[in-house]
Amino acid sequence: MLIHEQSRPGRRAGAQAPLTKPEIQDIPAGLRRRSRPALPEVSEMQAVRHYTRLSQRNFSIDTHFYPLGSCTMKYNPRACNSLAMLPGFLGRHPLAPDTHGQGVLACLHDLQEILKSVTGMHAVSLAPSAGAQGEFAGVAMIRAYHRSRGDHARTEILVPDAAHGTNPASAVMCGFKVREIPTGDDGDVDLAALEAAVGPQTAGIMLTNPSTVGVFDRNIQAIARTVHTAGGLLYYDGANLNAILGKVRPGDMGFDVIHMNLHKTFSTPHGGGGPGAGPVGVSPRLEPFLPVPLVARDGDAYRWLTESERPDSIGRLNAFGGNMGILLRAYVYARMLGREGMGRVAEFATLNANYLMARLKEAGFEAAYPQRRASHEFIVTLKPESRQFGVNAMDFAKRLLDYGYHAPTTYFPLLVPECLLIEPTETESKEDLDGFVEAMIAIRREARENPELVKGAPHTMPVRRLDDVRAARHLDLAWRPGASEDVNG
Amino acid sequence: MSDVPNDLKYSKTHEWVKDNGDGTLTVGITDHAQEALGDIVFVEAPEVGRKVGAGEATAVVESVKAASDIYSPLAGEIVEANAILTDTPDAINTSPYEDGWIFRFAPSDMSALDALLNAAAYEQVVEEED
Repeated sequence: MLIHEQSRPGRRAGAQAPLTKPEIQDIPAGLRRRSRPALPEVSEMQAVRHYTRLSQRNFSIDTHFYPLGSCTMKYNPRACNSLAMLPGFLGRHPLAPDTHGQGVLACLHDLQEILKSVTGMHAVSLAPSAGAQGEFAGVAMIRAYHRSRGDHARTEILVPDAAHGTNPASAVMCGFKVREIPTGDDGDVDLAALEAAVGPQTAGIMLTNPSTVGVFDRNIQAIARTVHTAGGLLYYDGANLNAILGKVRPGDMGFDVIHMNLHKTFSTPHGGGGPGAGPVGVSPRLEPFLPVPLVARDGDAYRWLTESERPDSIGRLNAFGGNMGILLRAYVYARMLGREGMGRVAEFATLNANYLMARLKEAGFEAAYPQRRASHEFIVTLKPESRQFGVNAMDFAKRLLDYGYHAPTTYFPLLVPECLLIEPTETESKEDLDGFVEAMIAIRREARENPELVKGAPHTMPVRRLDDVRAARHLDLAWRPGASEDVNG
Repeated sequence: MSDVPNDLKYSKTHEWVKDNGDGTLTVGITDHAQEALGDIVFVEAPEVGRKVGAGEATAVVESVKAASDIYSPLAGEIVEANAILTDTPDAINTSPYEDGWIFRFAPSDMSALDALLNAAAYEQVVEEED
């Protein structure tokens, strides 16, 4: 039930209602609304119950195992929240002068340094406020670099088909043509195809390593050599940084630019569309183009660097200094882990993924790349189940909800049919991983004995399986007065 | 086994091509392809007059599972896009070889058509993929 449907004319939450009529004389008469807005009129108790009930319907990392591949749904430590919400941080006005924000600037400067150190990059900007914006900034810097050299022939960005799904979109947004590079049967980029594709038109390559098929590309140095020799640059998509944190550095692999998803790897809350943070790191030749603002340190004093100090910058991506609250949470997380802790993240993320893959294989599920060690995530293909029982990956995913598990990523990457992309992260216990394996085994038994049960799932959720086709074609997003009567009547 | 009509040509990327006999070719996706994609919810058709290269991504078919590029099997110029797909994209599911055609184009070199796969060769491609 929508809160609008509980609305009764004149009902008020007394404690919240303003006592006096608001002063609106300074708003020109022509701009004032003549009718009241269609806000729900409910009591305070009704509002509390309504939203509490809604929150209880959530599948979230705080309530359920959430092995959503490529999304790194790990525990968000409460300490990061508490510290980022200290009143000095919360109450700071974004237009306050640098001299009144030395504490927060010191934290952000430290975060820049930590991210440089853990990725092996030369410089970092915290400005992008999401992974997609980080990608855009990264590709925009590649474009700015080639233009600054008068090299206008580089119109193509290479994207392996095992790269992150957003990469082609970011390249196109920056005006490039995308050329896809195939993946070999072993999960590594097809080097011969890459050699054939590079040339004077190559602006760069966008790679995710480990890739979205969940393996670390062993030929990364050869890839870097091939692309650099052709005059292109290497872009590292940080989607899977969790697998190598504190172990291997993109800067050392030869990457020129990287974006990091702090809401994945650095454990800030995400889901539901944000807020995120997508800082970018660069090699020395891209440093002039970093998005502003940056935080500079002169002795003991910190200050923002903006367009005037950074004339070659690709510019601003948002007002002020990025998603400050998210950056602070990531900073606290990084400081709590320390250098050794970062390495532990990668160790346990890969251990958990490999344990889960080994147990599922043992139970008879088919791994997409069984000969390879998994990184922090791996792919199971349900093609055999789909063929034998007529129960596909989507059916398994929906039935997992009934068992109390958020579904893994389904049907991505596209190059593996009927796939589940499973990423347990480092924060799950062995017991929780075992529970997931038991659920998968139970669902396969159901698929064999009672396929309709699985195909009709979910059975215990607040809504049954949605009609995806109808939902995509007949969007129903806005409540309007009278709509509820239509439905109820 | 999915339906593979004998009178059509095929690409390895699961498009079918029909020679209209008037210097134009019609392109759609095969029965196997529509089955693998699942329910189609949206089709982005090419603009008439657009020049496309052989193997160039020319249209996009979006299903509940994925968005997939549709490649032009030969170089040429787009003559017509299937208008009914705007409102009924699922025609690709129900009638992949008839109502669900995606675009019609005039190839710059019609003889290149011979290099495409025949039905038997395409069936083998599908089998190997399985």
